[in-house]
Amino acid sequence: MADVLEKKEEAKDLLVDKQPKEPLFSKKNRKLLNDPLNDNNPITVQVLGICSALAITVKLYPALVMSISVLFVMAAGNVIVSLMRNFIPNRIRIIVQLVVVASLVALVDQVLKAFVYDVSKELSVFVGLIITNCIIMGRLEAFALGNTVWKSFLDGIGNAFGYAWILLAVAFFRELLGSGTLFGFQIIPDAWYLANGGFYSNNGFMLLPPMALITVGIIIWVQRARNTKLIEE
Amino acid sequence: MDVNKNSYTFLFATAMVVVVAASLSFAATNLKPFQDTNVEQEKMQSILSSIQIQVERSEAPEAYGTYITEAIVLQKGEAIEGQDAFAIDLAKEIRKSDEERLSPLYIADKDGETYYIIPLQGNGLWGPIWGYVSLKQDINTVYGATFDHKAETPGLGAEINTPVFEEQFKGKRMLDSNLTFVGIDVRKGDASTEYQVDGISGGTITSDGVETMILDCVKEYVPFLKEHSGKTATAALISE
Repeated sequence: MADVLEKKEEAKDLLVDKQPKEPLFSKKNRKLLNDPLNDNNPITVQVLGICSALAITVKLYPALVMSISVLFVMAAGNVIVSLMRNFIPNRIRIIVQLVVVASLVALVDQVLKAFVYDVSKELSVFVGLIITNCIIMGRLEAFALGNTVWKSFLDGIGNAFGYAWILLAVAFFRELLGSGTLFGFQIIPDAWYLANGGFYSNNGFMLLPPMALITVGIIIWVQRARNTKLIEE
Repeated sequence: MDVNKNSYTFLFATAMVVVVAASLSFAATNLKPFQDTNVEQEKMQSILSSIQIQVERSEAPEAYGTYITEAIVLQKGEAIEGQDAFAIDLAKEIRKSDEERLSPLYIADKDGETYYIIPLQGNGLWGPIWGYVSLKQDINTVYGATFDHKAETPGLGAEINTPVFEEQFKGKRMLDSNLTFVGIDVRKGDASTEYQVDGISGGTITSDGVETMILDCVKEYVPFLKEHSGKTATAALISE
């Protein structure tokens, strides 16, 4: 029944050239949110923003703070650029985008320093490097400059979540296998460790950047095996 | 309106810069008090850590009030008035001449024992390094030390802020048998005497930085401490 209704709606989309009012979460808009999570994931499919994915995924908490920061910068940046899209002089549009992103990042950096000081020390330069995160510039240039505010907002949120879930998945495995904890809470019982007469030892290699790359690689492998759309000829 | 005209482009860029500058400085000014509190709390946490008291950053001010009984400022080996020891920026002081240099000293009381906490500031390989070293009442034996750095190489020089490196300093001596200040030798291998600790493999320049920092900073305090802690106590402890 739902399928039929959806098909009807699609048909209507095709018939009517200009819709006077599109519902907030129309199929197209939902696609903006869903697509970056899987089919068009910025990290695993477009392979952007790898640098920070390697650097700050040793522990879950910093990865979470980083994800929230990127979510804010991406959503706000998309909205601001989309609001200004008809006023931005074409010749300096990249500079304008950079200024928007850089000011948002500077703001995030200040807020982190004020309220989550320890995490901000851990993230150190990587907060500043959000500016150079290709995902953000890519979305501003490719999407926000040509689309309405609401759509750009959804696109920003969608891509940020696409980035965030990969970051958190990588951090989950690295913290669990590398430190035996999750969000700082001990998961592997003390008695299991070799030092206490057990059989287990944390894998120090998980804490090093190469394992982040390998973990991302495994996620890409699993994703491509399950998602037939991504399999190339 | 033509958005691609030169005049419009200039106007747009100017307006953008003004708006961005105003909003960012507004945010920075309003968040500054919170950030300063964090930095202060962290400083208190490090000071306490040098006398082997580990507290959460948020609890540091309270513990600081409990343990640190006095904070004085030295100039040319004499205590001077009218300076806030906690507010002194050591990074600036180490560049001044010996006559002008101000040296803050924290005196702690822990379980009835007095400890002298000396702040350190020096240079590593890539940037500044700093720390705190606490001396026992004999002003000779190190009770604890804590170090930190701005930009040393992770896994190499950056290891100076790990417990493995810091623990080595406990029980080391700063004065030789003639009560002359000699500092602590951070060396490559074979740290056998009570004046030596092991440096960090691959972090030689940072390790040397720690050694120089201790020599350079602690020497400012030796005359004052000798005078105020009683020479007999010092000699007795050394001969034991």
